[in-house]
Amino acid sequence: MSWYYIEGILIQSCYTLLIVLGLSILTGYTGMFSFGHAGFVCIGGYVSVICTMAFDLPYAVGLLAGGLVSMILGAGLGRITLRLKGDYFCIATLGVGEAIRLIFNNLQLNWSINGKNFMLDGAKGIASVPLKTTFGISLVIVVIFVIATSFLVNSKHGRCMLAIRENELAAQMSGINTFSYKMLAMCMSALYAGIAGGMLAHYFGYLQPKMFMMTKSTEYTIMVIFGGMGSITGSVVGTVLLCALPELLRAVGDWRLVFYGLAVIVIMIVRPMGLMGGKELRIGYYVNRLTRKLLKKSDPLPGGDEEEEAQ
Amino acid sequence: MGIGYYLQQLVNGICLGGMYALMSVGYSLVYSIMNFSNFAHGGVIMVGAYVGYYALTALGCPFLIAFLLCGVGSGLLAIVIERLVYNPLRKRHAPSLYFIISAMGASIFLENFVIASIDGTPRNYPAVFANSISIGGLSLGIDSLLMIIVSAAALLILMFIIQKTKIGLAIRACSYNERASTLMGVNGDLVIFTVFLMGGILAGFAGILYGMRFIVKPTIGQVTNKSFVAAVFGGLGSLPGAILGSLLLGIMEIFVASWNSTLRDLFVYALLILVLVVKPSGLMGKVTEDKA
Repeated sequence: MSWYYIEGILIQSCYTLLIVLGLSILTGYTGMFSFGHAGFVCIGGYVSVICTMAFDLPYAVGLLAGGLVSMILGAGLGRITLRLKGDYFCIATLGVGEAIRLIFNNLQLNWSINGKNFMLDGAKGIASVPLKTTFGISLVIVVIFVIATSFLVNSKHGRCMLAIRENELAAQMSGINTFSYKMLAMCMSALYAGIAGGMLAHYFGYLQPKMFMMTKSTEYTIMVIFGGMGSITGSVVGTVLLCALPELLRAVGDWRLVFYGLAVIVIMIVRPMGLMGGKELRIGYYVNRLTRKLLKKSDPLPGGDEEEEAQ
Repeated sequence: MGIGYYLQQLVNGICLGGMYALMSVGYSLVYSIMNFSNFAHGGVIMVGAYVGYYALTALGCPFLIAFLLCGVGSGLLAIVIERLVYNPLRKRHAPSLYFIISAMGASIFLENFVIASIDGTPRNYPAVFANSISIGGLSLGIDSLLMIIVSAAALLILMFIIQKTKIGLAIRACSYNERASTLMGVNGDLVIFTVFLMGGILAGFAGILYGMRFIVKPTIGQVTNKSFVAAVFGGLGSLPGAILGSLLLGIMEIFVASWNSTLRDLFVYALLILVLVVKPSGLMGKVTEDKA
């Protein structure tokens, strides 16, 4: 196994993690299921590629533009679908995700800007996208977003989202504006997916609508469930495991996705709360315990205990 | 392009709509009782199409036997899925979203199981009914004629079972309020068993009809998703709605395709979004209240 191969898996894990983090806000914290997130990734990817290739904008600007356009679309979608109950919201996201893919499947663009030719050819997509996503850049982006997300979910806003997930009616009765918090979750997750789409496009070097089939959206949702709803570290662990799993199972060839489907069914039956079961893995806690053990303090300070409780 | 052209398209549309109807009643039946969208249904239809293919080619069965085998195969598969995948969740009273995720898992499993054990290449059915007859300038393939007749007959039998038999009464009661009807002595397990069996048998019929007219391949999901859209369009949980929605969707899809064939899929999903925005309960669906 060469470093090149491992680096590829790591970059894929990074941008997938970004999508899953966004979806975690929507699904894990606010309790709304989306089967159309591949559509947002698709939009983000195309917009960022158009920015970098057609308008010669820098990579960072392309990513941001992709994220923003996807967020605006998410806000628009939220405006019309967030009032739908239960299953209907998830059916609507399914429809929108497929519709976005099919629009790009039919879109033909042929621009010449400053003497440069830019071709977007329907199902053939865009070829020779500059390869700008390196492991370093993706790691930095993902770490920033993990920290930002953990700040968000531990704030008052995050608590309001949790309240909506647990019982929407009760949350409304307690004075939480459920619509605006659902909208916030929708926008955040679309933003994350859009940025990740830009990273994906500049990693693969080409874009085709068939990269964003509905099964992709399902995979992202499965990663959130697998890691555990309502847990950031759960999403991280779930994503890295599920990104690496197909690579580890390459030996069994076509059967890997069979095991994948089977694993989803078994998890739903045996451990529906996911790997982490809504709990966070706190590095600080384990470091504390480890140092205490190393220093052989048999009775911990009362202050230390309280700190642990608070966590 | 006279009136004959449009009539021809209309017949094609009814043909496609009839096939959608066979598929979409499966989604609607399960939704009416268990309140979740059974995405594993697409996999059941696909397996039905494969059963038909092997019955016709490897076993060399006559069409009628192959047709019945498809129903039996898909019906059994639907029951097995219910027993192994949904039953444990049902016993735990899991929220409907877990059912959807499990259904997605089952659909991934079925699709890739067929890819791994057979292969992913599309296959053509042997030509069973190659002839076509012409009625008043309309050219009608025997297969399309058969498709319309079989769909209509199967759906009529289904409606008869739902409306006139005792188990049909139980199904209607459960779709109204499952908890209350089980308290009144309705056997909930039997109702769910019947619903999955009937949905599965119709899925098998739809599978062989689809394979006969088009091709069989493991990623048939594009078509089954459209039949799901038809079920939403007609109103999830309503059988007449599913049939009406399927027919309308089939006809509209064929007319859009005859105008611009690349837009047909996009049209279907745009219609889905429009329906959800304007009237989420669909054409004939019951309006769900927000129960706390």
